[in-house]
This record gives sequence, structure tokens and C-alpha cells, in this order.
Amino acid sequence: MAKQLDRRRLLGYLVAAPTLAVAVDWTAALACPQATRAAVPSLPQPEEIFDLGDMQDLAAAPTSGLITVVVNGDGTASLAVPRAEVGQGMTTAIAMMVAEELDLPLGKVTITLADARPELLMNQLTGGSNSMRSMYIPVRAAAAVARQRLVEVAAATWDTDPALLTTRHGVITAPEGQTATYGELAAPAAARTTLTVTAQLKPQSAFTILGTPQGRIDARDIVTGRKQFTMDLQVPGAKPTMVARPPTINGTVVSVNNVAAVLAMPGVTDVAALAHGVAIRAEAFGQCIDAIQVIDVTWGPGTVDGQSDDTVEAQLKAALPDLTTPLSLLAGSVDAEFFFAFASNSPLEPDCAIADVRPGSAEIWSSLKAPIVAQGAIAAALGLPVSAVTVHVTEGGGSFGRHLFHDAALEAAEASQKMGKPVKLSWSRTDNFRQGRAHPMCVSRVRASYALGNVLTYEQRHTSVQTEFGHGLGDMVTATASKLPVAGGLALSQTIFELTQSSPYNFGVTVQALNEIPLRFSTGSMRNIYSPNVACAQELIVDQLAKKMGQDPVMFRRNFLKDQRLLAVLNKAAAAGAWGKAMPPGTAQGIAVHSEYRGAIAVLVDIDCTAATVTRPISDGVAGPRVTRALVVVDAGFTINPRGLEAQMIGGVQDGIALALTSSLHISAGIPLEGSWDNYFYTREWNTPLDISVIVMPSASDSPSGAGELGVAPAFAAVACAYARATGTLPTRFPINHAALGFTPLPLEPSTPQSPTDGLGNAF
Amino acid sequence: MPTHAFILNGEQVTVEAEDNLRLLWVLRDILGVTGPKYGCALDVCKACTCHINGLAFNPCSVRVKDIKPTDEITTIEGLPATVGADLHPMQQAWLDYDVAQCGYCQPGQIMAAVAKVKRAHAEGREITDADLDELRNICRCGTYSRIRQAVKAAAQKMTSPT
Ligand code: FES
Ligand code: FES
Repeated sequence: MAKQLDRRRLLGYLVAAPTLAVAVDWTAALACPQATRAAVPSLPQPEEIFDLGDMQDLAAAPTSGLITVVVNGDGTASLAVPRAEVGQGMTTAIAMMVAEELDLPLGKVTITLADARPELLMNQLTGGSNSMRSMYIPVRAAAAVARQRLVEVAAATWDTDPALLTTRHGVITAPEGQTATYGELAAPAAARTTLTVTAQLKPQSAFTILGTPQGRIDARDIVTGRKQFTMDLQVPGAKPTMVARPPTINGTVVSVNNVAAVLAMPGVTDVAALAHGVAIRAEAFGQCIDAIQVIDVTWGPGTVDGQSDDTVEAQLKAALPDLTTPLSLLAGSVDAEFFFAFASNSPLEPDCAIADVRPGSAEIWSSLKAPIVAQGAIAAALGLPVSAVTVHVTEGGGSFGRHLFHDAALEAAEASQKMGKPVKLSWSRTDNFRQGRAHPMCVSRVRASYALGNVLTYEQRHTSVQTEFGHGLGDMVTATASKLPVAGGLALSQTIFELTQSSPYNFGVTVQALNEIPLRFSTGSMRNIYSPNVACAQELIVDQLAKKMGQDPVMFRRNFLKDQRLLAVLNKAAAAGAWGKAMPPGTAQGIAVHSEYRGAIAVLVDIDCTAATVTRPISDGVAGPRVTRALVVVDAGFTINPRGLEAQMIGGVQDGIALALTSSLHISAGIPLEGSWDNYFYTREWNTPLDISVIVMPSASDSPSGAGELGVAPAFAAVACAYARATGTLPTRFPINHAALGFTPLPLEPSTPQSPTDGLGNAF
Repeated sequence: MPTHAFILNGEQVTVEAEDNLRLLWVLRDILGVTGPKYGCALDVCKACTCHINGLAFNPCSVRVKDIKPTDEITTIEGLPATVGADLHPMQQAWLDYDVAQCGYCQPGQIMAAVAKVKRAHAEGREITDADLDELRNICRCGTYSRIRQAVKAAAQKMTSPT
């Protein structure tokens, strides 16, 4: 299929503009099977649930569905891409696509993030690892058309055959030696009216940039401090704003009892009660924090008051369906139940948004993976038409699922409207853990049976606190559907579960199913939705089956894996990672495989669970077992940027280590106890493997697979399997240190603690 | 409002600010120097790490009144000038190893790493994995292994004969 696509002449439009501009209808390109096999369910019928009038108007606009590559007078090319950049390297990969087809150096391509464009319908969602797959053909097509147009204009100028001209590094050369730069041709090549043209994509064999390791295009801005995140933007009048928050999740404001006293504090300009807190605007963020110490609010109840880890787990267990597989007298079996604690999807950058709401219009800046949904929700909340709300997508300091939602943007809009002034609203670190989205607690019950060297049945019943999919598929249609009682949340989540979870093993009768309980925590996906937990439970059971059936874990997987690509990554990992080597007591290897988003991956880790390592002194952190080495072998289809893929795998390993060993939220009386990074134990330097290597498998495929989330599940599973082998006990509760609360919780009020003053004493 | 003076990235600056305002907000909200990032304001995440008189510290947890007029504050923006180059060797190593993902932690990581290496060198030794285990900077994107490679490579350049 992909081969045919490459050979196919792709359609583009020369758009009237001062310099050459080429647009491609990439929503049409998405209609090819290559792109639509993303992990998304078929849509509920929009007509049934949503008035399409507004949207049809938008969809009829001349720019509908188009992305546009512009060649500028300085010889650079630029593209505003309808996706979020949150560290995953999307902008670099897109720049590589443009540079490749245009024959332009990578440094001459500028990628910006497009504002919310409602006419793109469900095509402006950064999630499900789909960016590379959906953008690969259309972006290249636009660049290829641009290159062809430049060549044709040069050929006409020189009165020669375009086929004789060559392009390299942004320069067109004729056999007779004439040259012209793209910059010189950018204006002459511009179209006066819209023209339809076709062009052919380069064959993979001609690639010089795609498929080669490239550094991030924003690396220099990052290391010099120039890269701007939301909080760094200077929007006139948008002063620092923070929110005093209730002591339970989604609590409400009954009354603010000392508004005058707070307004009299240094720098404070405004105080406004919001749905779930009281916003304080000041000249500096430190003054907002000071005011949060002083403000006196009477709070109303939240949505999960009284719920704690124990009560939630009890409800999950009560909702767990019985396993239905009958146990035969002739068959052996493995039964286990696994518990996974709540986990925070907070990135390092606290949720932040700028809002400037005026009478009749609003302008918003925030890192948003589903900006169309944010735009619709904000317009509804402000009582404005969608067309009056401009939503700018800013660079995000990580996401991990958090930026699928627009909580901070909606709150900033509400604050700006109530204050009548622009605000730069940041959540505090403590807000991010306590009131921010979390991956829900879940329990997986598994039973597998075997006889005569075969696994006969595999049944996995996964029960979870519901995961919110309020972002739907990034458009207002499914975002609305996910909230409806009939076509809504549970049905959509079960569909997504079915589409994303499948056993890679020949285990006879296989059942994997999801069940959710409707507790109203603020939830969301976290660098994948179900896979890390489901795969961890599954791979632990696979090791148990291997043990009971007297087989080595790698040999067992070889015998039962269905997929040749998984077999290949498994074999490569076992060989390159010296599977089976002799290891000292208290240490062991673990291996796991995973397949998703049409990628195949194996992770092999060495873990050290010796007393010396587990009890090494670490202040305000968890020592615990240390993964000393990790090896990732990945087949992600055609790899656009091997260096970027490697970075995603390294990050996935660190996430997997955190999920297996250290990072979780402890819910107590309706709120998490965690309030800082010294409470929420994400992997730190003292936990990281000293050696992480990534092997990218050569791929026969010419289309990229999604990879942003691929590494987390197998890394989590491999660490769990290694822990089981090193300690001789099957871990069933994750993360393994969850039972012991390793910190003293910060007070619930004030909701954001005062900053220390002794920083100079810690200088080094 | 009280006035405070100090040396910022080689230049004498004077700001009006409440005594208790933490230096991070003086830098970011008053002076518009946004390289140091806000990650917690609790002296935990280390995203705001800068240098004071060459030592790494966290301005989110220092009152502006505790800074003396003679104190030299260096943010990521001023780091290259400390070696008289376009980029400090640590920044160059960050590019060579393509360390950053989202980049939010990286200004702080670089500032902390420079101080850590300088301290090891002052003690007459090379940077070790045990030193690197002591770095408390969070990277939620999980770039730790590339950070370690880059710090070790930059440490070599930082000792190279002058
Ligand atoms: S912001 Fe200063 S240590 Fe986190
Ligand atoms: S690069 Fe994203 S937090 Fe470190």
C-alpha cells in the first residue's frame, strides 16, 4: 500500500501568496488505510449527537483541511503544523520531511505550531502516537510540489527542460552552470490564483535526511534558555496569576472571607472566585504564593471526598468480574491479581495558560494536544461563538497525557473574564499533583491454563477507575460524545481498550476485557492508556507459565509468540543483552515484549535488588532496587529520525522503571498526599540505569509507526519480571514501594506551600 | 519599595522589589530573564538552577534581600560569557548528545552540571557516577542517560589544557 502511495502522484495546490505557498489537503490523505489504522475507534455518528451547522460552515472555508508549506524570500521554508510539540520531537521529524522533499538543509526549515483550526475536525489531536503516521505523506507532498514548482520556474527563466535541472541545499543548478537559490525564486514562483498541481514523492532509496540521525531543531534554543514555554511569553498585561485550591479533588468555593486583606497585599491586583478555587493576580508569581498563604476560603465538597486508596481498591475488587475460564482437572493453571496505584501524569512544566478575554472575543495561549476541543469548551464557558476564540498552541514542557486536556486554559479564561484583565495563570507544583489529572487505579485479574506443553486459555479482566476521554478524538464531535450517557465515556473507553490491547501470544482461547467504575477523580491517560498495566500483568504471567512448564522465559516466548517482528526483536534482545548470563544473588535479568501502534519492541533489563543497593542512603527519595542496565530493541517501521526514536525509548524506559518501582499517588480523604517531586518519586539520577542502549531494527516497511508511548509498557513489564526473578517473589502491587509512604505530606492548606528561604545554604 | 542591586550575567542591575520576593520571580517577572524555569518553587525540582559567585543554587528559595550588591548571579543566558564563547562546553555537549527532549529542565540541568564538574575538578578529580547520582534535577522526560554522557564529555573539555 505504502509503495503505491509513493508512486502515486500526489495532489497539491499552489496558493496565491506573496511567495511560493503549497497546500495539501491532508484530511484526504488521511483517508488512505495507512493512516486510518491508527488506534482510534470508528466514530459515533455525528448527526445523532451534534449540530453540524457551525462546523460545516467552517469546513467549507477555502483553507479547509489544508496544511501549507511556504518558501520564503530568505530561502527558508516554513510550515505551521496542526500538532503539539511536548518534547517528543514532532517538529524535528516534520522539518526533516520538508527538508528531504525540498532538498533544503534542515536548518533552513522552520516549524511552528498551528492555532486551533476547528475545520480540521478530528485531525488536530496529538495522541495515540499518530503524528508521524498521519503527517508523513501530506507534508512530504506539499514540499515535493514546492520543489517541483521552483524547478519549473527556473527552467522557464532559463528556457530549458525542467528535467535537466538539479536541486541541492536550496539551490537549483542547470547543466550549463546557471544557478538560482530558492530565496530568489520564492516570489516569482508564487501563484496569482490557486492552481492544482501534482508531484511525485522521492523514493526511499533517494533519502538523504529522512532515516538519518538528526538532533532536535530546537536544541540550541533549549540549551541557551531561549526556547519559550507558556510562562515565558510576554503578552501585554497578562500578569502572574495562581489559584488557591480546596483540600479535596474538585472542591468548590463557598465564600472568600478576607478579600480586602488579600487585595491589600503587595503586588496583588485582583481576586476572583472560580469554579474550583480562587484566582489571585499579582505583579509576580511569588506574590500570588504569598497571598495563597493568607487567603481564607470556605470550601464546598469535591467529587471524591472520603475516598482513599483503600476504599477505591475495595470498589474495584467488588466490580471485578469473576473469571469465567473453567479449571480442568487435567490442566495446570496460573491465577493472579495485580494492583496498580494512581499515578500522576504531570510533566515538569506546571500547567500554564495565558488568557486575554475581552467583551466579544478571547485569545488563549497554552500547550494543547486537542486545541479544537479546548476552543469549543472555552467558547461555551465564556458565552462566545467559537469563531471569537483564538487558541494559540504553545511549546509544552512535557505532556504524558496531561495536555490532552485544557484544564489550565479553561481556568485562565474564566479568571480573565471575571477580572476583566489578561492573566498568565500557572498551576503550582502542588496543584499539579493534587488537583491535576492522574492515571487511574486499576486491578488486573488473570488466569491462564496449560496442558501438554500448550497454553489453552488466557483470560485477563482489567478493572479500572474510569479514564476520562473528554478530549474525544480531538474534535468537538467525539469530545461531546464521550460525555454523553449513551454513546459516552464507558463505551468509548471500552472501544479504545479493544482496539489497543491484544495478546501477542498463541494462548488458545484469549479474553482481555475492560470494566470501569465511575468514580469522579480527575483522570486521563498517561503515556499510554491501558498498555503499561495490562502488559505488565501479562508478562509476569508469561514468566509464571514458563516456570510452571519448565521453560526458560525467552525460549517460552519464542515458542508462543505469533508475530515474526516480535520474535525478531526478542531474539535480538536476548543475544545483544546476553540473556541467561550468570548473575550474583539478589540480581537478575528480566525481559518483556510488546506490540502496539504497529511497532514491535523488546526490553531487557538487569536489576540489582541486593540489600546494599536497596538501603543505600538517599535523602528525600527512594533508593530501592536499581535497574543497572537496560536494552531496548525496537522495530518502529520506517524510522524517520533514529536519534529521536532512541530518545523516546530512553524516556520510556525511565517511565517504566518509575511505574514498576517508585512513582504513585496515595489518595487520602479525597486528595493525593503527594505535593512535590520529593513525594512523587519519578525516576531520579540515583535510580537511572548507568547504561541504556537502544537498537533500532532495520525495517522493510516504508511507513513510520508511532513510537512516543511504545517503550513504557515493555520497560515496566521487564523491570517487574526482573524483580520477580531477583527476589524469588511475584510482585502483585505496583509500584513495589507503594505500601510504604516515603515522605511527610505537605499540609492541604494553604494549597500551595510557601517557598523556602534557605536556598543559599544549599549552594554547591 | 526597597531597591536591590546585584550583578546579573556580568552587568550591574538594580531592581525595586519587596524584600521577601524570591529571586526567581525578580529574574523572571521583573527583569524578564526566563531561562531559569519554574518547576516547584520548593527547592526540589532544580529547574530554576542558576549560579551565585560560581556555585549552583536555586533562586526560587532565596529572598532578594539576601543577595548582596557584589554577588554575581549567572543564569543560563549568561553561561557562555563565563568562558568567553558562544556556548559553554556543557551546552555544546548537550547539542552533541542531543540531550534535550521537551527542554524544560535543561537550563537547570546544565547549570547544575557545570557546578558539579567544577567542584570535582577543584577537588582534583574527574566527575564520577557517584557525583552524578547526587544531582537532584528532575527530568520528567527521562533524559538522564544522555545527561550523564554529556556531562562526562563536557568535563573532559572543561579540563583540557588552556
Ligand atoms: S523551581 Fe526552584 S527548585 Fe524547583
Ligand atoms: S527534557 Fe523534558 S523535563 Fe527534561
